[in-house]
Amino acid sequence: MSTVLNLFVAAVLAGTPLLFGTVGEIMNEKVGHLNLGVEGMMSIGACAGFMVGYQTDNVVLALLAAFAAGVAAALIYAVLTITFMADQNVTGLTLTIFGVGLANFIGEYMLNHSATQSLKLPEHISAQIANLHIPVLSDIPVLGKLLFSYNIFVYIGIVTAVICWYYLQKTKTGLNVRAVGENPGAADAAGIRVIRAKYINVLIGGGICGIGGAYSAMIICGGVWISNCVNGLGWISVALVIFASWSPVKAIYGSLAFGCFSVLKYYVPKSIISIPNAFYDMLPFVITALVLVISSVRQSKENNQPASCGTNYFREER
Amino acid sequence: MRKKVLKVTGIILSLVLVLGLMTGCGSKKTTSDKKEEKKQFKIAKKDLKIGVIHISDPSEGSGYTYTHDQGIIAMQKKLGLKDSQIVRKTNITDTDPTKTETAIKECIEDGCNVIFGTSWGYMDTMEAMAKEYPDVAFSHGTGYKKNDSNFNNYFGRIYQARYLSGIAAGLKTKSNKIGYVAAMGKDNAEVTGGVDAFAMGIYSVNKKAKVYVKVTNSWFNPNEETNAAKALISQGCDVIGQHCDTPNPQLEAEKAGVWGVGYNSDMTKDAPKATLTSTIWNWGAYYTEAVQELIDGTWKPEVYYGGMKEGLVDIAPLNKKLIAPGTEKKIEEAKEKMLSGDFNVFDGVIETNDGKKVGKKGETLSDEDIKGKINWYFKNIVVK
Repeated sequence: MSTVLNLFVAAVLAGTPLLFGTVGEIMNEKVGHLNLGVEGMMSIGACAGFMVGYQTDNVVLALLAAFAAGVAAALIYAVLTITFMADQNVTGLTLTIFGVGLANFIGEYMLNHSATQSLKLPEHISAQIANLHIPVLSDIPVLGKLLFSYNIFVYIGIVTAVICWYYLQKTKTGLNVRAVGENPGAADAAGIRVIRAKYINVLIGGGICGIGGAYSAMIICGGVWISNCVNGLGWISVALVIFASWSPVKAIYGSLAFGCFSVLKYYVPKSIISIPNAFYDMLPFVITALVLVISSVRQSKENNQPASCGTNYFREER
Repeated sequence: MRKKVLKVTGIILSLVLVLGLMTGCGSKKTTSDKKEEKKQFKIAKKDLKIGVIHISDPSEGSGYTYTHDQGIIAMQKKLGLKDSQIVRKTNITDTDPTKTETAIKECIEDGCNVIFGTSWGYMDTMEAMAKEYPDVAFSHGTGYKKNDSNFNNYFGRIYQARYLSGIAAGLKTKSNKIGYVAAMGKDNAEVTGGVDAFAMGIYSVNKKAKVYVKVTNSWFNPNEETNAAKALISQGCDVIGQHCDTPNPQLEAEKAGVWGVGYNSDMTKDAPKATLTSTIWNWGAYYTEAVQELIDGTWKPEVYYGGMKEGLVDIAPLNKKLIAPGTEKKIEEAKEKMLSGDFNVFDGVIETNDGKKVGKKGETLSDEDIKGKINWYFKNIVVK
């Protein structure tokens, strides 16, 4: 029982950076932009969040910095693909290479200028991002540990996902945004400001990815700066978008499932079930492939990739 | 028309992005002082140019590549080489032979006459390149291949240091459960030998303690290493040892209020409230010796396997605030026996955790066995 409990807690923590990356990417894809730069935007967010946290010892500023840095990184992508019509895949990949490199470059510079060649977040901010202890709630047996004892990122992530879902599914702007993603020409004809919608979504998506990066640097790496701290989480997020069938709320379950897959091998007792670790490592991707197959068989428009995703919209060519 | 212009501008801007990155991070040197050397390698100090191939980035601040780079820096200082005489290639994935080859070729084109490759996976590529460039000395870390003229390998008896760190862990544990985050599984002799030595150190002072091993299947993966440590702690382990590159297991231990034993570099700087000590490499000991030999003309393509005695491996200063009383004395005793040559960890008959027996009475395992054939776990190790 306690193993299951521990597994659940570990799965939530492992899934949180994926949740941010996935919701960010969904925001992008919903306006027809396949942004493969998630890894890069997360890296830049990780660097900015960590460095600001390190210097100011203030968690709010660190989060804002991570968000702003993600927005700035996404702006590069947005200008290139929305305004200048550059190929989305190539630009996204370039952004990944650029982002990871830039984060490591700044990290190296900071390390070389620190007294001990080590960057560790100060006490105050470390306490703020540690697991919360909410009076009464956290003390409920089992449930307290299961639901009310995570670090603030976990709750921010869930709230962000729910807000994004509400925005996309329940507001008029969201309806417009989805129209842009499905058929920008028709949306334009209907009087929706396509370019503006694209910019807003791509930038917000980037910001959300940035916070996911900050999670890698500040929580996973225990508040010590390590190069390449995102290390592929951005790519898994891109796969998770398919798993979540482009819904921010499903991304919550999806990231929990992916988080669970990634830690499962450490919790399944080898004495009872002995499967090679490689099997666990491939689980998320096998299941993503299965989801792709199932969703293509079902062919429901609702759960599919937005139709215009990957192609740029050029107004004069309508 | 407008679309074309926009597209072209887009492509140009993408290119600028990539180029900006390249010029920003590259550490290319323009001076090229290529010299013809003779086969026996006697290279004047001013003509030396050393290429170092790293699997990740020294800027990690701790861990494997950082430690190697510290060794290179120590060698450079000791021998008084200029910055321009060292060429570093970072983030060269060792599972990618093409990338490895390109990096080495770039070094040679840049005028390097000595190449150090620090990661296991460069081995075959370096062997082939050594044949292709007989005038360049190739030295490969952690591998076992060599040739007769210009290619050797170097590694160290880190298991000696692991044994000592095991003593600190065995005396400290209260739950008698000690965790170990291992990069690779049982079939990897380097990692498994390390766990065994650690476990034997623990056993020498604490017969009741068990060692729990979790395998991440990766030399560098911050996320996995954190998760493995978290799982170990949740199962009741109160000291976390590690054979992986990031200090994350130590930081996870610190967060949970338990202790740990770091690896590669002194991790007390990362987790001062958790790390008891760290098993460390002083690669500078080898790099200095090797380069000095190249200058003197005495370098030979031999297998280098240094240990505590050569100063290549050691444990970091004990964290006095945390260690159990008596730790220092026990470690000092064991260390003295190692230095005098009386004791080499894998001595005599060793019981494994599946009931088999390894080794012979009165003998110690050969270096070849230690480097390549340890694929058993010591009797107090549990893989769960």
